[in-house]
Amino acid sequence: MQIKYFSWVKDQIGLESENITITEKINSVNDLINHLKNKNEQYEKAFEDISVIRCAVNMEVTNLDKKISDNDEIAFFPPMTGG
Amino acid sequence: MIKVQKNDFDVNLEIKNITSLNKNIGGTSLFIGNVRKDNNSNLKSMTLEHYPIMTEKQLEKINNEAKNRWNLIDSLIIHRYGKLYPGDQIVLVATFSKHRTDALNACEFLIDWLKTKAPFWKLEESNAGSNWVKEKRSDLDAVNKW
Repeated sequence: MQIKYFSWVKDQIGLESENITITEKINSVNDLINHLKNKNEQYEKAFEDISVIRCAVNMEVTNLDKKISDNDEIAFFPPMTGG
Repeated sequence: MIKVQKNDFDVNLEIKNITSLNKNIGGTSLFIGNVRKDNNSNLKSMTLEHYPIMTEKQLEKINNEAKNRWNLIDSLIIHRYGKLYPGDQIVLVATFSKHRTDALNACEFLIDWLKTKAPFWKLEESNAGSNWVKEKRSDLDAVNKW
């Protein structure tokens, strides 16, 4: 599974993207966030306040309870500020 | 048409490219967004980050939505990314129709949508450091009216 990070989420984690292998325990975006938060303090801090985190699965913005699988591209970012 | 690019754009040229091909256009509505530096601000530059491919996909989608809702002959969205400076052009939304109402409404709809739903993030840089621009309540209210 490829994960991409943008804006301050990327700064906080210190990575633009990474690949992780999905385990049985990760069924949804929420599961993935919990998995990442356990990696280290940087991830924990990035996902500390879920209300300011937005997620896209395969480039479509989605809720955090969205089911995900190994072939998906997941992206985490703060609210978008275009225009 | 959608263009996501680093380079600046020439508004007159972009508009003429479309109007010269469509003689049935009676009205064009434009929105141009620039990097704003308030009088008391020490803003030096603004870097726009985006999510390549998703940006184009989402802009295509909303552009099609505008074409479904209004009677448009054509429409154009140009959105820049990378490092920009106060006064620089960031975005152009242009809508073309037979009569003004379609062009005016579609243009407002598109720019309202872009503010909160296009995957761009703005980093403001000043002597004091840099900070990511936060979502504005007024922008959310603006898009919700559509």
